[in-house]
Parts: sequence; C-alpha cells; structure tokens
Amino acid sequence: MSEIGAVWLFGDDIDTDILAPGKFMSSEISVLASHCLEAVDPTFAKNVQPGDLLVAGSNFGVGSSREQAAQALKYLGIKAIIAKSYAGIFYRNAINLGLPVFVGKVSDVVQPGDRARLAIKTGIFELVDENKTICCEPISEFLLELIEAGGLVPHLEKRFAKEKKII
Amino acid sequence: MGQSLAQKIIAKAVGKEYVTPGEVEIANIDLAMIHDSGGPRRVKPILDRLGVDVWSSEKIVVVTDHYVPEFNNETKAIQKLTRDWVKTNNIRSFYDQMGICHVVVPENGHLKPGMFVVGGDSHSPTGGAFGAYMFGIGATEMAGVLATGEIWIKVPETIGINWSGKLNDFVTAKDMMLYACGKLGMDGGKYQAVEFSGSTISTLDMQERMTLSNMTAELGGQAGIIAPDDVTKRYLKNVGSIDIDIEPWFSDQDAKFLESHQFDATRLPPQVAAPHSPANSIDITETKGTKVDVAYIGACTGAKLSDLRMAASVLKGRKLASGVRLLVAPASLKDQETAKTEGIMQIFEDIGASILPNSCGICAGYGSERLGEDIVCISSTARNFQGRMGALSSGVYLSSPYTVAASAISGEISDPRNFIGIKNE
Repeated sequence: MSEIGAVWLFGDDIDTDILAPGKFMSSEISVLASHCLEAVDPTFAKNVQPGDLLVAGSNFGVGSSREQAAQALKYLGIKAIIAKSYAGIFYRNAINLGLPVFVGKVSDVVQPGDRARLAIKTGIFELVDENKTICCEPISEFLLELIEAGGLVPHLEKRFAKEKKII
Repeated sequence: MGQSLAQKIIAKAVGKEYVTPGEVEIANIDLAMIHDSGGPRRVKPILDRLGVDVWSSEKIVVVTDHYVPEFNNETKAIQKLTRDWVKTNNIRSFYDQMGICHVVVPENGHLKPGMFVVGGDSHSPTGGAFGAYMFGIGATEMAGVLATGEIWIKVPETIGINWSGKLNDFVTAKDMMLYACGKLGMDGGKYQAVEFSGSTISTLDMQERMTLSNMTAELGGQAGIIAPDDVTKRYLKNVGSIDIDIEPWFSDQDAKFLESHQFDATRLPPQVAAPHSPANSIDITETKGTKVDVAYIGACTGAKLSDLRMAASVLKGRKLASGVRLLVAPASLKDQETAKTEGIMQIFEDIGASILPNSCGICAGYGSERLGEDIVCISSTARNFQGRMGALSSGVYLSSPYTVAASAISGEISDPRNFIGIKNE
C-alpha cells in the first residue's frame, strides 16, 4: 500500500515561469525551488512535505523547455502530479527526471489538504478520508520503466554499463 | 494510406517506410541544437556521470544567447563553462553571442527539409519553417540525445492549419498566430504536429514563416511544419546550403489529419494578446486606449530582419510618445548588420530607442531590462505569462512589430493602420 500524502491543488495553465521563475534560473535548484509556484501560492514551497501530491487542471507545465520546472517539484518532494492534461515538453521532462505524471480528472473532486494515496503502477488515486477512488490513465510500460529506473539518466547508466560489459 | 509530412520525416529518422501515429518509436537525430542556459552547464554533469562522449561533434550546434551579455560571476562562469565544453568536445558549429539560436541556426544553413532535429529550447518548432521536424526538449533528455544520438517519440497526428487569401497591409504572421492561439487555445496543438498550408503561407517570406512555426509552441504543438517550396529553396541557397531536396517533403493527398482548421487571411485585422496569455487575443479594434510604458521589439519571434523592417517603417520620421521607452533587441547580429545597411538601425537611434544585445533578453526573463513593478509593456515577443518578463505586477501585451511601433509613438495600444501617411510632429 502506498503512503498517504496531502493534496496541493492548482488550476489550469500553470506555466513554467510560475514553476521556475526566470529570475532565479541561474541559481542552484534549492534557491529556484524555494520560489516554485510562489506567484499563485506563496506558502507552497515552504509547507510542501515529501510524499505530497500535486493536483492540477489542464495544460500543466505550459511554456518553456526549462526542466527545472519539473526538477523543482521533485526537489520539494512531490511524489506525483495528476493533471487533466500537460504541455508536451513538461510531460517528457518529468518522466525523464523520474517524476510520475498522471492524466486524470482529479482536480474537480479534491480540496487542498485532502489526504490521498496514489498507486504509481496502476494510476489509482484514493481519497483516504472519503474512501473514494478515481482511476487515472495508467502510464505506458515503456515510460513506467523510465520512471522506475529513476529517470532517463539512471536508465542510460544501466544501458552503458551493459554495453561496456559486452565490449 | 498516405502519410503526413511529419510521418514521412519521422519514418526516415526511424529507418522505416511507414510509421503509425500513436506508436512510440526510437528515432535517430540529424541535428541537436543547444544554448548556454539549458546546454553545456546542464548536460555536462550528466554526460560525465554516464562516462560517455557526445555521439557526434558534427551534429551538434551550440549557441550562446540567454546569458548575453555576461554581467556577473554566475553568468561569466556559465559562459566559460560553455566555451570550454565546446572546445573539449571539438564542436565546430559554435555561435558565441551572435544572436538567438532559432534565428542563428537557420541563417547559417544548418536546417534542411526532411531533417529530424531537437533543440534545447521550447521555441525549437521554428525549424519547421524549413520543412524539418524540429521540437524542443529539456536538458536531461538532451543529455540522452548527446550520449546516444537517439530519442523516443510518439508518432504524432497532424493538425492542419490552412490560411487562404492575401493578408491586409500591416497584418503579419504574428497576427495570424495570435489569432490562432485565441481561437484554438494554448493546448489547441495537443502536442501533435501542426502543419501550416494555404495560399497565404505561400506568399510569406522565410522569416515570417519562422514566426508561424515558432509560435506553434504557444499553440501547444510539438512541431509546426511547412512543406518546403521555391521560397524555402531560395533562402537555403542564399545561406549556402547544398544538396537541397524539397521533392519528397509534403503531406500525401490521402494523409489522414486529426483536425483541419481553415482561416481567412483577408478578414484578419491586427491582433493583440492581453496579459497573461497569448490565447487572450482580440482584434485591435476592440482594444480601448491602454497606456503603455515600454515598447519592446525583441526575441526570435519579434526582432528578425523582417520584424525590424516592419517596426522601422512605422517609426520613421516620428517621435516616441512622452514617457514611453522603446527597447530594440535585434534577434541576430547578422540581421542587425543588414538592418544597419538599410538605414533601419538609424531610424531606431533617431527616435531614441535603446538598442539591446542580440539575445533572448527580457523575453526570457533575463538581463538588466526586466520590467519593473506595474509596468505595462507592448511586445513583439511570443509569450506573456505573468512575471515572465519582470515583476509579477507588470503586464505584457503581445502584438506584431507594426503594432508595437504604432503604440510606442502614440503612448497607447494603437492600430498601425491609422498611422499610414500621418506625421506626428
């Protein structure tokens, strides 16, 4: 059984400038992450706990290719994102960094702070106190493999290690 | 079943005769473009960790355009790292402070029809103007590309955007894209391939086509391609490309598109997108005297030679409205030099514009000219998210360079068509 985390709820079109403001792009990820989402919720970076779940509306991560947008959320301990839809580059970046991203209509039924569980393999989202479950679209096997490896880099590490052995 | 242009290019990159939309394939990269922000400083640690060299020194182009000019220890260190990495990896295609990657790469002949290209920047769909399949990726994914020369891709469906008829005077590719964003929304492209076609597109020059493809990012498409034609061929010849073959690169008549949208260019007025989204586009006739503090001609979508010409044609012989600052950041050094020989830079200087470096500048939230508190800016750039170009309380209106110029001389958002032949002494 997966662990319980709190729900952070955001709306539509949360863009990469909100997630990773340009002003802090030359700074370390710890600094950048402390400003993550501050334009829409100044308490987020301070109060988010490892294992929390980020729930959002449509077109999450729209904008720039800066992967610090996904990296900042991972750094802050977000376990997974569940949104109605994603901007394509953000979606790829999250997977490549090993941050699970699910497509599901959860934002309509949760409140900020709700306690919830999410099973990464199946995409089943459960509101603990209401005993209610919602099925998100499961992540395809190929991408789940990337996520479970911890992202593209650990995945490639394994691949190159194998190739070196063969040589 | 026929194939779309996107399918044909991806099939070639995958090494198959036919690819099916929706399937995940591993494709070979023809060219990888990176810049100083998402490039060496972010990919080097990953390549070091993997213990591998780049897969091909010849297929990588590096451009410095974000932290330009270097102004403090942090940005100086980023540029030094970039230059050192280029040297160590023996990369010959390096454009250091020559302008914005999306403009510099094609103007140096690196893009050709049929190529499968990735760029470490979200405006990479710009390359689609040349009949290449080009899209933006993040730094980790780029490191994977540089290590392997491969990338996974879900073969996209194609969304057709067809424009017919002649554009009116003072109406541009930027207006076409703002209109499309307003109509289809920022996720209208559904992360699929957008293909632009129609009689309007045929008449656009390459830099205007680049604006269309570039802003496919704002439409949420993965790529924004235009089938190459004689205009493409002429441009490529001029920049010294050889072995140009445009023949195979078109969508088959019976290719199945996911959606097709038809727009009429003859009825399109100039567009303005209100803060804080390109999808907030309205006809300029609906804007009501919004005062502006800053007018910005900049970025890959808004300060190429064609854009500079547009702005200058309105500004020539006129004065800035009192209190308005006009900032001009030509998209590339080459375009700036051509503009200089045409007398365009003189027009900007005469009117009192501040000429900024050939870089992404405040469009990407970088540099010293970031917008202050409560500043209202009209900008020829592509993106107006809250806080992107400066303070959270600033607001950015997007429009064509014509409209930015007209607004700079009147002090409020203004229709450039009202400035034909009128002098403001």
